[in-house]
Amino acid sequence: MIIAEQKPLREILNIIDKDKKLLVIGCGACVSICFAGGEKETKSLADGLFLGAKKEGLELSIETDMALRQCEWEFVEPLEDRVKKADAVISTACGVGVQTMAEKYPEAKIIPGLNTTSMGMPVEQGVWKEYCGGCGDCVLAFTGGLCPVARCAKSLLNGPCGGSKDGICEIGRDTECVWQLIYDRLKGQDRLELIMGNVLAKNWEPARDGGPRRTLRTDLLIRGEKDEEQK
Amino acid sequence: MKSKSNLEKVLSSRKFAVTAELGPPKSADANVVRTKAAYLKGACDAVNITDCQTAIVRMSSISAGVIASQEGLEPVIQMTCRDRNRIGIQSDLLGAAALGLQNLLCLTGDHQSFGNHPQSKNVHDLDSISLLDMVRNMRDKKIFQCAEEIEVEPRFFIGAAASPFSDPLEFRALRLKKKYDAGADFIQTQIVYNLEKFSLWMKMVRELGLERNLYILAGITPPKSAGMLKYMKKFVPGQDVPDELISRMESAKDPEEEGIKVAVEMIEKVRQIEGIAGVHIMAIEWEEAVSEIANRAGLLPRPIV
Repeated sequence: MIIAEQKPLREILNIIDKDKKLLVIGCGACVSICFAGGEKETKSLADGLFLGAKKEGLELSIETDMALRQCEWEFVEPLEDRVKKADAVISTACGVGVQTMAEKYPEAKIIPGLNTTSMGMPVEQGVWKEYCGGCGDCVLAFTGGLCPVARCAKSLLNGPCGGSKDGICEIGRDTECVWQLIYDRLKGQDRLELIMGNVLAKNWEPARDGGPRRTLRTDLLIRGEKDEEQK
Repeated sequence: MKSKSNLEKVLSSRKFAVTAELGPPKSADANVVRTKAAYLKGACDAVNITDCQTAIVRMSSISAGVIASQEGLEPVIQMTCRDRNRIGIQSDLLGAAALGLQNLLCLTGDHQSFGNHPQSKNVHDLDSISLLDMVRNMRDKKIFQCAEEIEVEPRFFIGAAASPFSDPLEFRALRLKKKYDAGADFIQTQIVYNLEKFSLWMKMVRELGLERNLYILAGITPPKSAGMLKYMKKFVPGQDVPDELISRMESAKDPEEEGIKVAVEMIEKVRQIEGIAGVHIMAIEWEEAVSEIANRAGLLPRPIV
């Protein structure tokens, strides 16, 4: 899932500036699950903004709504009337949802209510960790199913650097050394040979470094497949 | 010979090598490099010029290396994977070779969160091992990482670091093998204070036969004070500082003199370990101590080969 957390109230209040009629739109997908932008958080953000503005002598009119998945056109379409009536729309979706709104409603002032951090999972109640870096060329088959690209602070592909101590990364106590985990896993499975060969310079073209990614499935296209193939 | 490096000549003639370390200044002042170089001249076979160590911005390793070589030292330049991608690294290495630099230490690099620009973006396009492989191919196959041919190739004597005290301990010798496979010619180890653990690591290294093909230089640092050791124990990754050493420095009347003694003793001890080809003396912001240490350890004058 995509993990996000709410921006500080102060920052959002600064962005909304002189807008009086606000619409806060939550998302029912990942950010609901990570308690950042679901129905409950959307309402409490609206309350917070209302009170924060009131303290400064501003009377806001704030409404809230939800999109089941804010990252798809069809789920943000029904919001059209409410979006048009608002001075500004605060999206508490991930960065994808915010942009879906921005592209769907080019006239509207769309403001992000969250900071999107990573692709990961809740490892326990209240703790989320990054698990995937979206590098476009998955290496998990060779690393015991644990990702060094996302989970090593230096994305090392050939084992732990000198900063690994007691299972912890040199950057700090909250970060496990994923290479210690990989080593332990593969040793336990008697498959250490997987990391004994050297992984040479990785191809980062399929990653973000090659430019924004676009995935094309011509078998799923409804319109102009041939035009797409020629691109 | 793989390069024209003096360090390579000393090591391949099986003389016990001495390298030192020179930290470039946090400024554009060439005189700092010249002053430090003067302390080190004649005391070592080559001198390591750090590449923004602990992620603090300093004069670049290559440029300080050129200044040091003007002062009559042979530099070992460093390259980390933190600040440059493969384009930047190869470009800088062509330049370094064109400027006459002969030795290159390939490192992953300390994370930028340690340094004075923790908000920077890190690169890590390569890691130390893919960097070694790339540099060896530039030299031996005359090709860039992309496989395009290089007309005049950079010929470096290639070094790498080893961290015998980091975890997982059992993997540390295997990781050295990976570095050897990737192209390392010589190795500088992390600072040795825990001799027992270091000897154990060397035993594992010998079991893999690595000491026969790799010149291993043991890292030596004279402690300047007990406080410095405590700091290293707590904050510097890959350090293993025994408590006895800290108490020895605490009770010393003249800590600097004691620190020099510690370094000399350590050199004498690592020298007896089979497979140690030399020492790398890192007198941190204390370059003037190196010649004293080398002298007392019986390592002066340095051989002319």
